[in-house]
Amino acid sequence: MEKFVRREGLVAPMDRANVDTDAIIPKQFLKSIKKTGFGPNLFDAWRYADHGEPGMDCSKRPLNKDFVLNQPRYRGATVLLARENFGCGSSREHAPWALLQYGFQAVIAPSFADIFYNNSLKNGLLVITLPMEVVDRLFREVAAQEGYRLAVDLEKQTVSTPGGESHKFDIDSFHKQCLLNGLDEIGLTLRHADQIKAFETKHRGEQPWLF
Amino acid sequence: MTARTLYDKLWDSHLVHQADDGTALIYIDRHLVHEVTSAQAYEGLKLAGRKQWRVESVVATADHNTPTKDWDKGIKDPISRLQVETLDANIKEFGAKAYFPFLDQQQGIVHVIGPEQGATLPGMTVVCGDSHTSTHGAFGCLAFGIGTTEVEHVLATQCMVMKKAKRMQIVVEGKLGRGLTAKDIILAVIGKISAAGGTGYAIEYAGSAIRALSMEGRMTICNMSIEAGARAGMVAVDDTTIEYVKGRPFAPKGAMWEKAVAYWRTLVSDPGASFDRVVTLDAAAIRPQVTWGTSPQMVTAVDGKVPDPAKEKDPVRREWMERALHYMNLKPNTPITEIELDKVFIGSCTNSRIEDLRLAAELVKGKRVASNIKLAMVVPGSGLVKRQAEKEGLDKVFTAAGFEWREPGCSMCLGMNDDQLSPGERCASTSNRNFEGRQGAGGRTHLVSPAMAAAAAIAGHFVDVRKFN
Ligand code: SF4
Repeated sequence: MEKFVRREGLVAPMDRANVDTDAIIPKQFLKSIKKTGFGPNLFDAWRYADHGEPGMDCSKRPLNKDFVLNQPRYRGATVLLARENFGCGSSREHAPWALLQYGFQAVIAPSFADIFYNNSLKNGLLVITLPMEVVDRLFREVAAQEGYRLAVDLEKQTVSTPGGESHKFDIDSFHKQCLLNGLDEIGLTLRHADQIKAFETKHRGEQPWLF
Repeated sequence: MTARTLYDKLWDSHLVHQADDGTALIYIDRHLVHEVTSAQAYEGLKLAGRKQWRVESVVATADHNTPTKDWDKGIKDPISRLQVETLDANIKEFGAKAYFPFLDQQQGIVHVIGPEQGATLPGMTVVCGDSHTSTHGAFGCLAFGIGTTEVEHVLATQCMVMKKAKRMQIVVEGKLGRGLTAKDIILAVIGKISAAGGTGYAIEYAGSAIRALSMEGRMTICNMSIEAGARAGMVAVDDTTIEYVKGRPFAPKGAMWEKAVAYWRTLVSDPGASFDRVVTLDAAAIRPQVTWGTSPQMVTAVDGKVPDPAKEKDPVRREWMERALHYMNLKPNTPITEIELDKVFIGSCTNSRIEDLRLAAELVKGKRVASNIKLAMVVPGSGLVKRQAEKEGLDKVFTAAGFEWREPGCSMCLGMNDDQLSPGERCASTSNRNFEGRQGAGGRTHLVSPAMAAAAAIAGHFVDVRKFN
């Protein structure tokens, strides 16, 4: 996982409540044997004018011009601004994979579905919960100002607007440490690598037939 | 030192690190890998630029979605084929102690080949991206199923992050009646403690009826621990265990063997070790079991009847029963022996070993599958089981009776390949799950022992094996 300390990026607004994981990445894309390649199918049913199936060349598919991410002013967005209960539905880890692989590094919403929230942090996608009024204000500002960017400082736990406002957010210290140090659960376990090696040596001595 | 259970001993001997909040790092000795749950784990390793911690711990095979006939034609379904080819490529790139790919003579269901190769040894911690990994607990192992993210974690670190479970002892005393098997014991256990009864526990099976079982029978019992809600089930090591392991390809030899056996002998619960819960069953009272619903706990004896939800006082349970009977298309109070079948499946990691096939063959010898049975199939658990059965002429017995004799694999246990029930079809199955749609959308599964399945194929409906001849 990449370290997440301070990031600054273009914001795209997703102005709907209860966006579920099936909308984020429809089920036909879960048959894949891969953990990558989901970016082009993020929000597939909304984003394209045709029906998507695995194996299609997305660059040749007709786009739904009205869909927010297809508007030129939001190209290259890395921060997604969303509404309440974002990520509800199935527990598929493919949802944060698709968001990350599309290019998003952070999602800001008034609330998130539980499993999605955890899956996101496990995979290095920073999910930020801000009060409803703050999110409302950010939506208004994004709409009003083309090229609107936000700065996310994980160390200080703040989101800063171009106007100089700073909004504090909460995150538990375990996940914060994982993200700051670029550690996923494997990374965390590997911090005990010496202990594992020492155990292995002892174990090999006691039960050599296992090795 | 305080008296410890077998589970405590296995836990203690694999504990790498214990955090203050109770989570522990547990070292994993054997990692079994198959095609369906490994691809994204290997890809995750590659993406993160990580190495596999201990190549020698991995034993792999392709079993879940491989076809069981026309092997010369390869794998038709493109997604299944891609999964199998991806496993081939991953094993080539990352390595393994052993790989039994599709078409290999020793390929088979991962939980059948592990023990048969001696890749499962007493005292090991064993994991696999499949919930029936509990099977290996029969060897005095701590064995449990894991998800894909955890597969990646074990590949990269050789450890699992986990919290210690509570201890349950299930004691089955006495002698099983004629025609009864380990499958009837475990179905009776699940019927007694429910499908959630073992949640949060590691189960140890004990008592004279368990000791009297062969290793294959013990594997059948441990296999279905997960259906009782427990992630792990185990049986203490004894002479039966050691006799089984002796001479297997990956078992230790010579002086190392003697040393190992001396250690394995300690893999029993100490006298006086305490359990959080103890459940006892009288083996002599167990009758042939048949499930009637859509959970393994919806089980009764063959001489019983489909229960009547109207007699259930708890409204939630009543509704659950009603829904199950609706799905199964069964009327309350129907005698189990009047339930007619469309298909019979003898196979799966629960019941596809040589003793299962011998038992079934003995019952069908010289008889014919009933005319209402559209398909009766026998799917051996592995290439080795298949060839042993053919050596003994069991295949001829089955085919003469009208059974299909297939290539090894998971087959209709989960219906990922072509072997599936069609909507509405009713099947007597020796597998482990009777969930809605498990063996095919709309399919109706009754879980039974291999003896009960064989007898049902001949009769066309369930019959009491104790009276069948
Ligand atoms: S036979 Fe069934 S339960 Fe056993 S490993 Fe295969 S799919 Fe899983």
